[in-house]
Amino acid sequence: MTDVLEADGAADEAVADVPDGATVLIGGFGAAGQPIELIDALRRHGATDLTVVNNNAGNGDTGLAALLKTGHVRKIICSFPRQSDSWVFDDLYRSGRIELEVVPQGNLAERMRAAGAGIGAFFSPTGVGTPLAEGKEERTIEGRDYVLEYPIRGDYALIKAHTADRMGNLVYRKTARNFGPVMATAATTTIAQVVDVVETGALDPENVVTPSIFVDKVVLL
Amino acid sequence: MSDALSKDQIAKLIADDIPQGAFVNLGIGQPTLVADHLDLERGVVLHTENGMLGMGRAAVGDEIDEDLINAGKIPVVETPGASYFHHADSFAMMRGGHLDVCVLGAFQVSVRGDLANWHTGAPDAIPAVGGAMDLAIGAKDVLVMMTLFAKDGSSKLVEDCTYPLTGLACVSRVYTDHGVFKITDEGVRLREAYGATMDELRERTGLDLLD
Repeated sequence: MTDVLEADGAADEAVADVPDGATVLIGGFGAAGQPIELIDALRRHGATDLTVVNNNAGNGDTGLAALLKTGHVRKIICSFPRQSDSWVFDDLYRSGRIELEVVPQGNLAERMRAAGAGIGAFFSPTGVGTPLAEGKEERTIEGRDYVLEYPIRGDYALIKAHTADRMGNLVYRKTARNFGPVMATAATTTIAQVVDVVETGALDPENVVTPSIFVDKVVLL
Repeated sequence: MSDALSKDQIAKLIADDIPQGAFVNLGIGQPTLVADHLDLERGVVLHTENGMLGMGRAAVGDEIDEDLINAGKIPVVETPGASYFHHADSFAMMRGGHLDVCVLGAFQVSVRGDLANWHTGAPDAIPAVGGAMDLAIGAKDVLVMMTLFAKDGSSKLVEDCTYPLTGLACVSRVYTDHGVFKITDEGVRLREAYGATMDELRERTGLDLLD
């Protein structure tokens, strides 16, 4: 059953039980699809020793960058940390205050997809022969080389969708969809912030992108 | 002898070589210039790794929508027939061999088509790979757009890459200011030279280029 939270402070209520040491999958590609209000609530909540999974490592001084700045994130798993506006991360990394695991973007998505789909591990052709495959098991299958990749599971996923119904079915908007649907499947508890909640039955079932089974809490902002 | 090519002229050469109706991913940076030279009549469909087929030009004015961006995080517009999808599907299109062409920048390309374009290997550099490794091994045709020589004059087309690799034996053609090079089983074949003779290019690259 999905909880729909819509009162003042709903974002804070939604993340109130995130414990220290949690792995948190955070949606978004740059600013598109980044659940800023949920990230801000997680920052206020103050859980420490977090592992964060996101495509990037924060932009500017808001959202994920502001969370990193608190020093509460022990490790970030991402594909593309270095950007023109990633100064918060750059400073933490260069002073040894954050751990970084760089993962090719497709492997990042597929490792979460595997977690959500109950796959124990998978062989990917991405990264073979590169420094990012060092120390990993390799196998040649039908003449092509692959490297073994393990799932990334989250304790929590914080994602941004556009519209939810009261069951928790989600519809996204344009390229803000990005990692949302995959992360929703890969976490024990998935929290989606949305700008619109409609009555159950108001979404065309043919158009639902994330079915309600993957969504635990909806926060209306 | 013709002059060396400008970035725009290289982009035009690449655009002219992209087959009709191809699904194409243009890497961030210089390869995005290729889009300016694509003839829309030829039905090329642009893919962006962040979950869209049918990407259009950069958005201007009221068209700008923070939910509609390209891989370089620049606002863009939709074209008719566009579609949106999540990241696992987007990279399945690459890894699964569905994408016809990708165009990438490079620090170095080896004579066997090894690509180095994600990391300088410098001790203080922050590594960032994005979708480069998935594109390199995924697209059917991987085209590289780069200057032939680095700022220090050394050739970026090399016997063996010295920078950390992005993918092994994945590049099919290299488009540069001084020539278009095809990576073949026999070796590197020069298709056309610009602003230099074949012998000068052999001399400056130190490679046994084939005619």
